[in-house]
Amino acid sequence: MANFAQQIVSGLAIGGIYGSLALALVLIYRATGVINFAQGELATLSAFVCAALVGHGWSFWPAFGITVILSFAGGMGLHVTLIRPLEQGPLLGIVIVTIGLLIAVNGLDTWIWGGQVHQFQGPFSTSPIHVGGVAFSKQDIGVIAVSVVALTLTGLLLSRTKLGLGLRAVAANPAEARLTGIPAGGMYALGWGLAAALGAVAGVMAAPSLLLGPNMMQTVLLYAFAAALVGAMVSPLGAVLGGLGLGVLLNLLGTYVHWIGGDLRLAVALALILALLVVRRHA
Amino acid sequence: MRRLYLLGAAAVVLVVLPFVLSDFRTVQLATVGAYFIAIIGLDVLIGHSGQVSLGHGGLMAVGGYTTAILMAHHGVQDLCTIPLAALVAGAVGLLFGLPALRLSGLFLALATFGIAVVLPTLLKRFDHFTGGSSGVALFGLPQQSGQGAGYLGMTNDTWLYALTWTIGIALFALAWWLLSSRFGRALRAARDSEPAAAAVGINRSAYRVAAFGISAAYAGVAGALYAINVAYVSPDTYSVQLSLFLLVGAVVGAYGSIWGALGGALLIEFLPDLAGTLPHVSSKEAGPATFFFGAVLIVIVLLLHLVRKVSAR
Amino acid sequence: MPLLELRDVEARYGQVVALRNVSLSVDEGDFVAVLGANGAGKTTTLRAISGTVKTSGKVLLDGDPVFRRRPERMAKLGVAHVPEGRGTFTALTVLENLKLGAWVQRGASGRNLARVFELFPVLYERRELRAGSLSGGEQQMLALGRAMMARPRLLLLDEPSLGLAPLVTREMFGALRQLNEQGTAIVVVEQNATLALSAARHAYLLETGRVVLAGNAEAMRENDDVRRSYLGY
Repeated sequence: MANFAQQIVSGLAIGGIYGSLALALVLIYRATGVINFAQGELATLSAFVCAALVGHGWSFWPAFGITVILSFAGGMGLHVTLIRPLEQGPLLGIVIVTIGLLIAVNGLDTWIWGGQVHQFQGPFSTSPIHVGGVAFSKQDIGVIAVSVVALTLTGLLLSRTKLGLGLRAVAANPAEARLTGIPAGGMYALGWGLAAALGAVAGVMAAPSLLLGPNMMQTVLLYAFAAALVGAMVSPLGAVLGGLGLGVLLNLLGTYVHWIGGDLRLAVALALILALLVVRRHA
Repeated sequence: MRRLYLLGAAAVVLVVLPFVLSDFRTVQLATVGAYFIAIIGLDVLIGHSGQVSLGHGGLMAVGGYTTAILMAHHGVQDLCTIPLAALVAGAVGLLFGLPALRLSGLFLALATFGIAVVLPTLLKRFDHFTGGSSGVALFGLPQQSGQGAGYLGMTNDTWLYALTWTIGIALFALAWWLLSSRFGRALRAARDSEPAAAAVGINRSAYRVAAFGISAAYAGVAGALYAINVAYVSPDTYSVQLSLFLLVGAVVGAYGSIWGALGGALLIEFLPDLAGTLPHVSSKEAGPATFFFGAVLIVIVLLLHLVRKVSAR
Repeated sequence: MPLLELRDVEARYGQVVALRNVSLSVDEGDFVAVLGANGAGKTTTLRAISGTVKTSGKVLLDGDPVFRRRPERMAKLGVAHVPEGRGTFTALTVLENLKLGAWVQRGASGRNLARVFELFPVLYERRELRAGSLSGGEQQMLALGRAMMARPRLLLLDEPSLGLAPLVTREMFGALRQLNEQGTAIVVVEQNATLALSAARHAYLLETGRVVLAGNAEAMRENDDVRRSYLGY
């Protein structure tokens, strides 16, 4: 029973990371209709940047803050330079650019920091905290807290602020939004910036447990896609809940269904993706 | 007709090359041949049928593992495994093509991406069948025809080169003929406009599934040849990176020119060497080459778009 | 100097020419009706003004051609375009729709909101509801209210009466008249010529992309050809 509770909590922790990345995917898809295949690699890059700052003597939280801000700016910059020029063309062209970005960022990470995995000292200690006689990892609790804060802030930004309103309007009906005077291009860039910032949170939170390396977020991206598809790629809430649920589900399956074990969890996610695609999407 | 002269010249160059180059380069060019075949298949799927697959490497894996398992576990001669690899991979392609009809471009890309990411995991897991993480070694097996090629005056490497490129040219000619025939026109019509195609009686779904089958068969042959070349298959050979690099190769050919497939194949094999010519960059490092692959893809898409925009004025 | 002027404007959709040599002018505080059958180019005329479609020829606002005319810019310059089909953001609430209207105004001033609610009390009642749940007439009022939030100098309306019951339509045109009296210039595109001519001061008649008749509304109403073809008597 104690093990069960622990699995739930650690499932929620990794699920928060899935949910953050999934929300990033949904933001970009809703705003621009694009599936950003590079979202995971960008998150990895953010994690590397944070690690580099910490390695230079910065303490964690300021480094994290700067990383998120830089990622936000980077996301906006990527949209303006790579995506906006292609807006008039076929959608597939933009998607292929995101794939190119995936490859390029992965290569860049390997080029600058090498192909091996590194230890990443997170802000939370790995020592256990005892609640009701059950030992939980402080790191898991910390990651859950950070994810909740990030997701809540994003939600508030979208629902309560003028910018968030503009973003939602442009996502719903770009032509109409333009007539109202909303700069659609600026809103798209904002969406990309926000998505990159969320990805940074996901990447930095994942690094301590997944070990920092160029391919760190490759599997997380797949789990994030599954979570985003739970929300049919358009529901932010669906993506977040999907992420949390998936984290818990995979943890439980991995622990209690021995046939699945650790290595087939990815296959479970793929099966979920394919099922959701076939059930919901139409050609 | 100028194309035929070019083809003739290319054929002459092809025949002469192994005698001029070192064995190492010859083997590299044999690998280029395998990629060439795979990219032709991908061109058919993406360029002419309009369906984006990010899992082409997975189909190569099907071909490669078919060859390896038949050779190592069932004693089949390597040459004979090639058509079988094509059949198995083609069947997988057809089977996948059917549900793929339900997915539009973006989501098909997503589905195939997922499959490419998960495939190595599956290969490692079902190890009683696939040899798991260590893969299947074909080195030194008597089923390799190349070992006996000495009587033809060829080294093993030259034999591999000749095998790959003979098949490559034949398959290139087949694709070229297929795409310029009625089949190709119907395929492109099905890609471009559903109502128009239906109006002339073209069963759009049938052609789209057929395209999957054909491109998969090509990938199967490519995978088989690659396995024979390298004399080894392992799950990591067929990582998602392979699928993505094949995509780059297809895009370099402007999504559909099978002539561009040659450029794409050369790019995949030699970009690390090219990257190594830059100062401070070693061609042994994976990082720079990968980075440039991505950069090349991005630049090409942007350029293609720019060209299209300018010519549309 | 007129508020808005079109001189020899041509507009195409690909190869199809939708507007040919169209010239019209709208003064400050004017009320102009653009009439014509389906496909005559009425919608395109509005699109040409708001910059939604590319044009050749001159589109002058206060006598100046607007550089790089795009919808967002025209909105900033005080031109509000309510397209056919209302274009409300159905997934957002009524209040959010209205707030969006004030985007160019750096946020919804309470006064603008009050003005809109005064004119359309039903919007105040339904302010927290999803816009998509409103009836056709209510959505039209919402679209109008949203346009008003920007305090536009020129309001462009495309077929506002489409799909609305006669009573609702009359209410709406009443609101339009009020707006116009307060100083907003209005250009309304309508198939319902009688209705449009009863409210407007000036009118233009389009046929296959050209202006065939222009003048003040009363004269149009008396014109025999117009009466026979568009007014039904």
